Amino acid sequence: MDINTIIKPENLVYKRTECLTDRTLSYCPGCGHGVIHRIAMEVVEELGIQQDTIGVASVGCSVLAYDFMDIDMTQSPHGRATAVATGIKRCWPDKFVFTYQGDGDLAAIGTAETIHTCNRGENITIIFVNNGIYGMTGGQMAPTTLPGMRSSTSPYGRDVELMGNPIKMTELVAQLPGTYYATRQSVHKPANVRKAKMAIKKAFENQRLKKGTSIVEIVSNCNSGWKMTPVESNKWMEENMFPFYPLGDIKVDGQLVTKQ
Amino acid sequence: MGELKLMKGNEAVAEAAIRAGADAYFGYPITPQSEVMEYLALQQPHKRTGMVLLQAESEIAAINMVYGAASTGKRAFTSSSSPGISLKQEGISYMAGAELPCLILNVVRGGPGLGTIQPSQADYFQSTKGGGHGDYHLIVLAPASVQEMSDFVKLGFELAEKYRNPAMILSDGVIGQMMEKVELFEQQPRKTAFNEPWMVTGKSNNREKRVVTSLDLDPVKMEKHNYDLIEKYKTIREKEVRFEEIQCDDAEYILVAYGSSARICQKAVELAREEGIKVGLFRPITLYPFPEKAIGMLAQRVKGFLSVELSAGQMVEDVRLAVNGKVPVSHYGRLGGMIHSPEQVLCAIHEFLVR
Repeated sequence: MDINTIIKPENLVYKRTECLTDRTLSYCPGCGHGVIHRIAMEVVEELGIQQDTIGVASVGCSVLAYDFMDIDMTQSPHGRATAVATGIKRCWPDKFVFTYQGDGDLAAIGTAETIHTCNRGENITIIFVNNGIYGMTGGQMAPTTLPGMRSSTSPYGRDVELMGNPIKMTELVAQLPGTYYATRQSVHKPANVRKAKMAIKKAFENQRLKKGTSIVEIVSNCNSGWKMTPVESNKWMEENMFPFYPLGDIKVDGQLVTKQ
Repeated sequence: MGELKLMKGNEAVAEAAIRAGADAYFGYPITPQSEVMEYLALQQPHKRTGMVLLQAESEIAAINMVYGAASTGKRAFTSSSSPGISLKQEGISYMAGAELPCLILNVVRGGPGLGTIQPSQADYFQSTKGGGHGDYHLIVLAPASVQEMSDFVKLGFELAEKYRNPAMILSDGVIGQMMEKVELFEQQPRKTAFNEPWMVTGKSNNREKRVVTSLDLDPVKMEKHNYDLIEKYKTIREKEVRFEEIQCDDAEYILVAYGSSARICQKAVELAREEGIKVGLFRPITLYPFPEKAIGMLAQRVKGFLSVELSAGQMVEDVRLAVNGKVPVSHYGRLGGMIHSPEQVLCAIHEFLVR
């Protein structure tokens, strides 16, 4: 069989979404950001909203998200992504506006902005990548760093007596009336990637229906910051991160999910 | 003639913003400027013009909402007073870096810290020299009347958009709180077509994506960006200097004062002239760009300058640079929320100028 008889549109099973640029990702090999970028942009493509979508890049590893996503984007100051998104959304209520933030951005310096944006029910989508560490600045402790977890500023492990407790931001903002949808996902296995993508799609569809704030937390790895191989870090994530940050829906259609 | 009204300075700003076709206001209450948002809330600008009004959870959030709105090409503004403006500096630096237009009103109060709620001009350095991190400048307008509070809103938006740079109205508790007659300009339509190539509006099929950012990790590119900004500020310094000269033609001595200080100095000039002292008043209207050439010209024919400010001596540094040692330059100021009387300025004229 000639190869040209195989390469035909009807035989195409997978391709790079057109909502991603051709730029080489700047993320460490094994990091979840690349997959999360891809599924977010696949959702934008599948919903056919590329020309109506404005993204807000935050500060941290994903600061250059606008290099990889082929959509209009505004880069925001550290922690202020949801405030910037509020300004955009209030002026363009019919555009799809999303933020792409890490745990340092959303759960530390931007805590106030996150809580108040959700409480106002700002009709945006928040994609919250939680890897429990500050990746870009070199592996320092994050507000989401687990008890006992090592980082460059908790080199003997996070001592909650001294350093306080990790914060579960998604559970916290799920309590607010303006939060319509809150879920926690991961992208470490194909099945989880599909679930995470469905969650992001739901979050964007909520925007179309003007339902309020949707937050999709994605627990991810940071093999560089955690000082592990990608495979080790995914295993460590399953064994340590997921028990503390359990995967699954927290609030759906404005109703808190009751765990059995 | 436009519509005449008796208004507070803060109210005049709010009314002027609606009439200037502003798209959005994001703010956070702080004395002595809270009337701006209160007036807007009462006016329901979303009904009058479709303008967005939102009380943010903090000054930091407010300026970043402005940043977001401005990145889409909308005419956005915010207002605050000294401690709040300090919080906004992060966002202002980002907007200067990303070259976004916006209007910021600072109704200055005494500091440092929480200070007082009384008028002051001690935010001069912060307003004219950058204020946030990095090499940048705002376009700074200093109103001396309620009329100018209204007029400078329109001017401020226009200059901000012309140069894609944040503009600031540097007012103070006197101008913000006092009531005067103001002639309001006609309602302008809000701009509805947004098509400048820098505006983030959603990537349509026939164009490249757009990004608003102040980041470039390549220092070579970042240096070029900084040089481009410097070129822009140079153009602003050449083309946008505004000032007023009052009785300077025959003056032997010059008071330099802006805003509420200039109002007080105008009376002091009268008092001095009654004594036969030939004093004039030079009032910078733009504090950045500072009218250095005009002051330099005056320095060639007068005997001395006195910078009269509600600060410990901030603008006096720019006056000294402009005078460049040709004649003596002194400073007279009241601090921490106190204001000088015309008689006190007259005493200062005797003490520092006529010896």
